[in-house]
Amino acid sequence: HTVLVLSGKGGVGKSTFSALLAHGLAADETKQVALLDIDICGPSIPKMMGLEGEQVHQSGSGWSPVYVEENLGVMSVGFLLSSPDDAVIWRGPKKNGLIKQFLRDVDWGEVDYLIVDTPPGTSDEHLSIVQYLSATHIDGAVIVTTPQEVSLQDVRKEISFCRKVKLPIIGVVENMSGFVCPKCKNESQIFPPTTGGAEKMCQNLSVSLLGKVPLDPQIGKSCDRGQSFLAEAPESPATLSYRSIIQRIQEYCEQHHLQEEKIM
Amino acid sequence: KLAERTNLAGVRHILLVLSGKGGVGKSTLSTELALALRNAGKRVGILDVDLCGPSIPRMLRVQDSAVHQCDSGWVPVFVGQDKAIALMSIGFLLERPDDAVVWRGPKKNALIKQFVTDVAWGDLDFLIVDTPPGTSDEHISTVEALRPHQLLGAVLVTTPQ
Repeated sequence: HTVLVLSGKGGVGKSTFSALLAHGLAADETKQVALLDIDICGPSIPKMMGLEGEQVHQSGSGWSPVYVEENLGVMSVGFLLSSPDDAVIWRGPKKNGLIKQFLRDVDWGEVDYLIVDTPPGTSDEHLSIVQYLSATHIDGAVIVTTPQEVSLQDVRKEISFCRKVKLPIIGVVENMSGFVCPKCKNESQIFPPTTGGAEKMCQNLSVSLLGKVPLDPQIGKSCDRGQSFLAEAPESPATLSYRSIIQRIQEYCEQHHLQEEKIM
Repeated sequence: KLAERTNLAGVRHILLVLSGKGGVGKSTLSTELALALRNAGKRVGILDVDLCGPSIPRMLRVQDSAVHQCDSGWVPVFVGQDKAIALMSIGFLLERPDDAVVWRGPKKNALIKQFVTDVAWGDLDFLIVDTPPGTSDEHISTVEALRPHQLLGAVLVTTPQ
């Protein structure tokens, strides 16, 4: 199964979600999970997975992914930099070349789930990943947004992109959807959904809303420290949302698989 | 070369708003900066080079505007309370606001060059250039196209984490 995590808008939580999706799927030790970070300019996955400073090893069978767990391997341009502050100032063609290498030269082995984290936008990286993976089967895209119109505006473009390249949309995740004060339990809309949020957008565009995840300061902290938020804050409402969304994605992939088998 | 000098010749200061990270508030800051400078009596323009996710038109409530041509190139859209802030964005060139600009680098580079050299900015005290996240085509092309002119500098935006 291959799932692309897209947005259109930056800073909405694609990498956070990709990392947690990978952790969530890898909790089943019988599943082999691969997390591929194709954000060449701003690779967040190494830090979020606690793998900063790791390097990629080459062997006869290609590049070795960096393993977080036995059943969770990661690849990112972050592992190829001499220093985390090195800027990768590349134009499109060079970025495409590296993405191709990531797909062709990394020895992933047998993988049950390949999660691909992408940068914001609808450009080289997105066209290339869809093109290079066209021979294999992409189950679909999970599109991440936040509730405000400035984000939704870009996300609608991403939905257009998916339809243009015939990439199925598994659904939309609305992040930063409200904040519940742990002390007074009052709920605040930090990013008010002035135009109806992801819910209205999904209705209008006939895509599935996979779930809404509230803001939790622990999420940012866990990411900064390279720990799984799901493991660090199992009781958080955000964790419950994430888990439910991850389950829906799994169900979608499994159902798809059954339909494919039926057709064949 | 002559045309380049003409269209940006009347611009006193060019300022880039950059980040690296997405969603930290570059476009918000660019907009607020432009409005504040305008309030202080300055002549201001905004160039939005985020081709995939142009946010400035909506922030200034001109998402339904179209651009026109004149002898020296494209006429920017005039925004703000007194319609005195000049704005150029790919947002104005889309047929529909939800249309995705699915372009590879070379095509993006060509449009950015046009935005820098073919917009009739007129006389401005400040031209604020809002950028997308990253360090790629848009950034390289913008800096290259602006090279003949003196750049005031870059303001970098971040969030705490």
